[in-house]
Amino acid sequence: MAQAIDPIHQFQIFDIAGPFHIGGYEISFTNSNLFMGIVVLVVTGILIAASSKAALVPGRLQSIGEMWYQFIENMVKQVLGHEGKKFFPLVFSLFSFVLISNMLGMFPYFFTVTSHVIVTAALAVFVVALVVVVGISKHGLGWFKLFVPHGVPMVILPFISIIEIISFLSRPISLGLRLFGNMLAGHIVLKVFAGFVVVLGSLGFGGVIGAIAPLAMAVALTALEFLVAFLQAFVFAILTCVYLNDALHPSH
Amino acid sequence: MSQSTLVVAEATTEAPAAEAAAGETTGQTEGTEAHGGGHGAFPPMDTKTFPSQLFWLVIFFALLYLLMSRVALPRIAKILDNRASRIEGDLAKAKALKDETEAAVQAYEKALADARGKAQSIATETRAKMTAEMDAERSAVEKSLAAKVAEAETAIAAAKAKAMKDVGDVAADTAAEIVAELTGNKVTKAAAAKAISDLKG
Repeated sequence: MAQAIDPIHQFQIFDIAGPFHIGGYEISFTNSNLFMGIVVLVVTGILIAASSKAALVPGRLQSIGEMWYQFIENMVKQVLGHEGKKFFPLVFSLFSFVLISNMLGMFPYFFTVTSHVIVTAALAVFVVALVVVVGISKHGLGWFKLFVPHGVPMVILPFISIIEIISFLSRPISLGLRLFGNMLAGHIVLKVFAGFVVVLGSLGFGGVIGAIAPLAMAVALTALEFLVAFLQAFVFAILTCVYLNDALHPSH
Repeated sequence: MSQSTLVVAEATTEAPAAEAAAGETTGQTEGTEAHGGGHGAFPPMDTKTFPSQLFWLVIFFALLYLLMSRVALPRIAKILDNRASRIEGDLAKAKALKDETEAAVQAYEKALADARGKAQSIATETRAKMTAEMDAERSAVEKSLAAKVAEAETAIAAAKAKAMKDVGDVAADTAAEIVAELTGNKVTKAAAAKAISDLKG
């Protein structure tokens, strides 16, 4: 009973295989890692199945695959233009990984990979690091003009530059924490309300009556969480595009 | 694969923080019974799990990226390209057929106009030919009729002359008879005729 009510328990990581060690670090295969693998399997499985018939007039599954593809393709095209085409697989992978992680997390007893700050932070740091690498490899040191906006008076330019640099450096933090916070908080709230239902329900008839409100809340929150799960994946993908746009077109 | 090396590099920088805490993670499995907080840190912030999370994230994300960029996305792109080219081809075909139809309609109209013109010219030609034929026939008929009229006239004239001459003979005979009856004198026919022609003159 206590296990069911503890809202933090769902984020617990435990070893499935291992412990393995590389260079003194423990890299045992955990439940979180298992779900990373499941996410990869689900994404690849859906897309392979969707494209297996390759019908001229798509069926339901193929429509889903095509919508998924074109959703990200249009996003990349609109934000990055035609130059961004080579980032399409990356943005697609990020979006799909986050989306399916979030969605799988909605199943009871499933682990939510994106509810761990290290995962979202790693993805965010990777995106921003990629922006820096691509920006410098494309524009050389001229890329740093990104931090020196045009048409700003010389007097306040240093301050503006400092603000620009701080805002750039805070991107991985905001990008990673936004996703992490949304998933973590959503799951905790969901669990807390569901826990109320269980606790009140175990108190007898009056408790069952009293449990109706939190049950309704839990149902409503579940719907909201599905929305959040999609929205956060979308936000992560579009911010990745926006940041990559800085790497490709720093003058804007 | 620059991105995977990037994340690996990132992993190694963050790892020292986790190194101290990298003890036994398995201990947490027993923490299920009690409240989670009792055993170690808040799970999402537990630095003990960071190395394994990063390690497997790099592996699985790289795997996902490879599967997407090499397998899944090209397959869907091919489907979409096929459809786009098919639609484009069908549209081009439709346009070609439409052009063909328009050409056929134009050709038909031209043929119709030609036929109409030809029919008109044939009609005019035929009319002219028939008029000419009719004129020729009419003149031939007229000519033959005139000849017949002239022939008849001469015949009439001859008959008339013959009749006149007969009338003279008859008159001479009659005159000679009458003279003989009245006077008893025999008058020759020639003298009677001479007398009549003298009278006439």
